[in-house]
Amino acid sequence: MKRSRFPAVVTFLCLSFLYLPILILVINAFNGSRFGSVWGGFSLRWYQALFRERSIWFALRNTLLIGITSTLLSMVLGTLAAWALNRYRSRLQNAHYALVYTPLVVPDILIGISLLLFFVALRVPLGLTTIFIAHTTFCMSYVAMVVLARLQDFDFSVIEAAQDLGAGWRTIILRILLPLLAPGILAGGMLAFTLSIDDFVITFFVAGPGSSTLPVQIYSMIKHGSPPIINALSTILLCLTFLIVAVSRRLTGKQITA
Amino acid sequence: MPGFLHFENITKRFGDVLALDRVSLDVERGEIFSLLGPSGCGKTTLLRVAAGFEHPDEGRVYLDGVDITDLPPNHRKVNTIFQNYALFPHLTVRENIAFGLRIKGVERKKVRSEVDRMLALVQMEDRADKKPNQISGGQKQRVAIARALINRPDVLLLDEPLAALDLKLRQRMLIELDSIHDEVGITFLFVTHDQGEAMSLSDRIAVMNQARVEQIGKPIQIYEAPESSFTAAFIGDTNFFDGTVCASEGNDYSRLHIAEFPDVLCYNDRPRQTGDWVHLSIRPEKFAISRTPPAPQPSINTVQGIVENIIYLGSLTRYWVRVEGYRISVSRQHSRHRQDETPITWNDPVWLSWHADDGFMLERYRSSDESLLSLPPGQGVPIQSPEGA
Repeated sequence: MKRSRFPAVVTFLCLSFLYLPILILVINAFNGSRFGSVWGGFSLRWYQALFRERSIWFALRNTLLIGITSTLLSMVLGTLAAWALNRYRSRLQNAHYALVYTPLVVPDILIGISLLLFFVALRVPLGLTTIFIAHTTFCMSYVAMVVLARLQDFDFSVIEAAQDLGAGWRTIILRILLPLLAPGILAGGMLAFTLSIDDFVITFFVAGPGSSTLPVQIYSMIKHGSPPIINALSTILLCLTFLIVAVSRRLTGKQITA
Repeated sequence: MPGFLHFENITKRFGDVLALDRVSLDVERGEIFSLLGPSGCGKTTLLRVAAGFEHPDEGRVYLDGVDITDLPPNHRKVNTIFQNYALFPHLTVRENIAFGLRIKGVERKKVRSEVDRMLALVQMEDRADKKPNQISGGQKQRVAIARALINRPDVLLLDEPLAALDLKLRQRMLIELDSIHDEVGITFLFVTHDQGEAMSLSDRIAVMNQARVEQIGKPIQIYEAPESSFTAAFIGDTNFFDGTVCASEGNDYSRLHIAEFPDVLCYNDRPRQTGDWVHLSIRPEKFAISRTPPAPQPSINTVQGIVENIIYLGSLTRYWVRVEGYRISVSRQHSRHRQDETPITWNDPVWLSWHADDGFMLERYRSSDESLLSLPPGQGVPIQSPEGA
């Protein structure tokens, strides 16, 4: 029987759709010409330009700073929110759940505008602090949802067991709860970190002068006509992402066989 | 003199549901005491009150003469074996067992030797470095026991510890529990809905129903001398008859009149008046069944019936015998001698006889008897109401 070519064709089309643009971007990053439509020979000049561009490195520093701090804070707040949602029953819990869940579904632009109005009304100067607060606001909800899912099939009798064996709350949290919830909290944290470092819309509204993050900086650079540098930057980011994924795959793979 | 573990008038409500209704009981030092009852009778709540996970609305709990009602669980000298074992999934067997001592700050060498001793007690030495998800249900059970016993509790609380195991394993763990108890000599408070477990393991049993204690006694007392219809029906099978006392025969016996049934003679476990309503209980194995009428004796009741159904159960056979308005459950063990007879079969006319001392007159219907109907088949009552059809 002749096998249908249809699945192969669909697969090929899907993969092209996903990866062809990225491939073009990577090729252009090594294009000596300023314009993507003309091949000007293999060149690393955009990389040299990139390393000279101070504003990029400054934006990267901002991005990582905000990414790390807001991730850490949202891991703490999100875990506490998830715990409260899971453990306490009251009529207010529905409202609480809605409050935590809303940032996941409300359009970014709405969050951005409302936060901007809020900061302006309170006369908070826009800058890294406001970006940090804004990122923590929505990251917290993602962490809470991930941890909440983890809590839903958590066997709470181990807490009673620990108490029964003489453990106080401090011991229970440090020796039982945190180790058991760590995968959920870390997964939530990873999600929060990736969301924070590539957030554009919300950051765009609440960023002040001199506090650009990488996505905002890239946008403004494209507007001011230096796309080849962005291509080079994107290629570096792409390689870094692949590296991180590969490493984390290795680590989790080891955990399973251990 | 209050017992080692002493519950005094414990009342506990969950919303509108009354889980414990003025429960008082005493567990003596070193005994295996069972709380036996159907699900929802409050037995687990009472155990959790002892562990400190529930605070009673009223009443006090004393351990060795000290009021522990307001102590949190981590300050009580009791340890619990949970129904699902509640082992810490991120710790190895060894770390699980060591947990209690580690958090008390006992020095490492001592912890190590104690854990080794416990591993030997529950025969888990070769599994010490496995995680809980790498061992079987019976092994988890043993780890849970070791983890609790290493703290040398005054009382070990066991919450349906065998419910999650299959039948053969359950029987083996039952024997192991008993031998562990002999070895460590700690007081066991054992919660179960399984009468077999309770009967075989316990020194004493408290039968609970609907938030109350129905009866406390040794297994043989509970089975042979039930004080309520509930106890009679919940522990083993029984036949119930509704009747009135129509005459006294000496001080010790009464003659009962039962509608749609011959009059029967029954032993008075307490003084009875003519005209008293009673609920007569006779266990299936107390009947002798034969195809020839037995020789008449003064204290033996004899009635005639027809075999309606026979169920072969291996070690015994159960007969359903129609006697006037009643269908009576009779069980008989096999023996070589009896196999030589022509076997009793369907529609055979048979004689049932039983000694007057083997029937029990119980209080006729308490509100608690309602829940008899909800018992699982085999534990409950055979159809005992007079059937018109």
